[in-house]
Amino acid sequence: MRTLEQTTDEILNLTATHFKVPRAELAPNDDFFKKLGIDSLQALELLTRLENHFGIELPDYELQGVTDFRTLANRIQSRL
Amino acid sequence: MQRLAARSSPTRALAPTQQTTMLDLKNYESLGAALRDALERWADETCLIEADRDREKCRLTYRQFKEAALPLASALQQAGFAAGDRAAIIMTNQSKWLISAYAVFYAGGVLVPLDYKLTPAEHLALLAHSKARVLIVEYHLWRAITQGEGFPGLRAETVLVTETPPNAEFAGACRWEEFRSEREPGFVPRARRDWAAIVYSSGTGGRPKGCVMTHENYLEQCMALTSLYPFWPGVRYLSILPTNHAIDFMVGFIGPFTCGAAVVHLRTLRPEYIREAFSRYKITYMTLVPLVLKNLEKGLRARFAELPPHKRIVFKMLVGLNRLLTRRRPNLKLSRRLFGKVHQAFGGELRALFVGGAFTEPATLQFFYDLGIPVANAYGLTEAGTAVTLNDFNPFRPDTVGKPLPGMEVRIVNPDADGIGEVAVRSKTVMAHYLDDPEMTAETIVDGWLMTGDLGRIDAAGHLQLFGRKKNMIVTEEGKNIYPEDIETAFEGLPVKEFCVFAANYLWPRRTMVGEQLVIALRLEPGQEFTEALRADLANRNRRLLNFKRISGYIIWDRDFPRTASLKIKRTILAEEIGRRLERASAVVAL
Repeated sequence: MRTLEQTTDEILNLTATHFKVPRAELAPNDDFFKKLGIDSLQALELLTRLENHFGIELPDYELQGVTDFRTLANRIQSRL
Repeated sequence: MQRLAARSSPTRALAPTQQTTMLDLKNYESLGAALRDALERWADETCLIEADRDREKCRLTYRQFKEAALPLASALQQAGFAAGDRAAIIMTNQSKWLISAYAVFYAGGVLVPLDYKLTPAEHLALLAHSKARVLIVEYHLWRAITQGEGFPGLRAETVLVTETPPNAEFAGACRWEEFRSEREPGFVPRARRDWAAIVYSSGTGGRPKGCVMTHENYLEQCMALTSLYPFWPGVRYLSILPTNHAIDFMVGFIGPFTCGAAVVHLRTLRPEYIREAFSRYKITYMTLVPLVLKNLEKGLRARFAELPPHKRIVFKMLVGLNRLLTRRRPNLKLSRRLFGKVHQAFGGELRALFVGGAFTEPATLQFFYDLGIPVANAYGLTEAGTAVTLNDFNPFRPDTVGKPLPGMEVRIVNPDADGIGEVAVRSKTVMAHYLDDPEMTAETIVDGWLMTGDLGRIDAAGHLQLFGRKKNMIVTEEGKNIYPEDIETAFEGLPVKEFCVFAANYLWPRRTMVGEQLVIALRLEPGQEFTEALRADLANRNRRLLNFKRISGYIIWDRDFPRTASLKIKRTILAEEIGRRLERASAVVAL
């Protein structure tokens, strides 16, 4: 079973790869919309990638109101 | 004053060759009565398909839809729900929304469709404002509402929760799936001028704008839209917007149902599943917001960029040929032959995409039209009963939002030398009034004309062109109306003397509908400096807002805000002063 820190770290790694940004520039408390300059559909694309990685399914509404990696990690962790 | 009456004989640019079979809505008094006849008339036709990603969850004929809705209507009646009572629905995009809405109309109720993306506090505020006796809500949303501040004050007497897990906490609610009665419900007739719905166009954080829509508003709108874009049995409409969205309520529910067509609900906005749904369900029409349309465009452009050079040349030639041959009107048969693979990817039976809710860039519309996929862009607002103008492709005009729909009168008030002024609308589709707000109603509906607050011009061909807004608000690419007053609560307690949020284009008017953003004007205390700590505080508060509601920058203003005797900020005067004394480029600091 992953810890929340491990889950967060894996999310940051996958995000860096998906959006082609240096991993070192991403931190758990970052607002991913602002940091990555993405819109809500691009955030959903990232969510699909994270689902595949973690082997879970998150409805779209789970992302509602979520803007930072740490909260996203919490949502994912609760389904692992 | 320019004035334009609606077309008396609407075109049917995309009409099927067979005779359409829709109900003659001018003979109906209410949505409930029209839907009741539709369920009988097309009993064996498919009316609803619900898919979650690539899984089909539900498929109903009109008969099965009726069998699902009437026991619910009966149970509502037994719980005391009567004519004129209000029932709110808070759900994502799914079939139970429509089943519930029909049950409410059957029982003579007034629907209160709420945006599921609002916060629990906003939901509770609007539930209180609407005086809803019944609330129908999805489990995850109900759970959030029960934890919202103000929940103990919820006045809804009956709460029906869908998709509740076994052994879940209900907090006094009932399972929607079990709230049924076998007793025959009594159909409650309503008149055309009776209320059908209360639709909130804004006001979640400030003064609620509950548009009271009558049955006539919806029946007239449906007749107008289907005269240009008819539905018929066999048509499949792909719905990705939630049905609380005024556009989806009309073209993803009332329109198809009164014509015997089918609605395919997709419970996700993920582009990969939208693409799959097109081909799996052979979609005929779909409505989307500019953000999703641009995402589709991006995906197609990426695929075209991967073509080998010789194929790219052929492709460009085909685009040129298609443009030439469809310059007067679309030719779906021809375009489907020229761009076979593209059209197959859209299911092969797509007749048109509708885009609305926000401004769409002409280049995007042109991109799709060049591929033989007509995108009908529209202009409308909730207060006007959704669409006011719509492009009919006769001929295609990407630079306008089309001509007024049948039954719509549009005029330009106080036009300047270029013919640009405020767009005003008069029609049977215009709302009755704002709920419990005669003052705002009087400001908005003047001598029978709805003052839209949008700036436009009517050209020689009768098309409406938009040039920005007169009012202090923005519309996002997702079709969300954001009023600055509504987000100011997020900044309450900010350690400054006073602040006020504005649409930047309201301070510095531009003749454009793109690049809209919000800014906050800050008046610091005497001797106060704008510090890094204050910037961080501002940024933190901003982050608590949903991403589409956030401000983009701030302005430091060096004078006290003008205020009324009751100490309300005189926003119009303040905006004029800021616009006059400051330059946008240098005054706005990005946050």
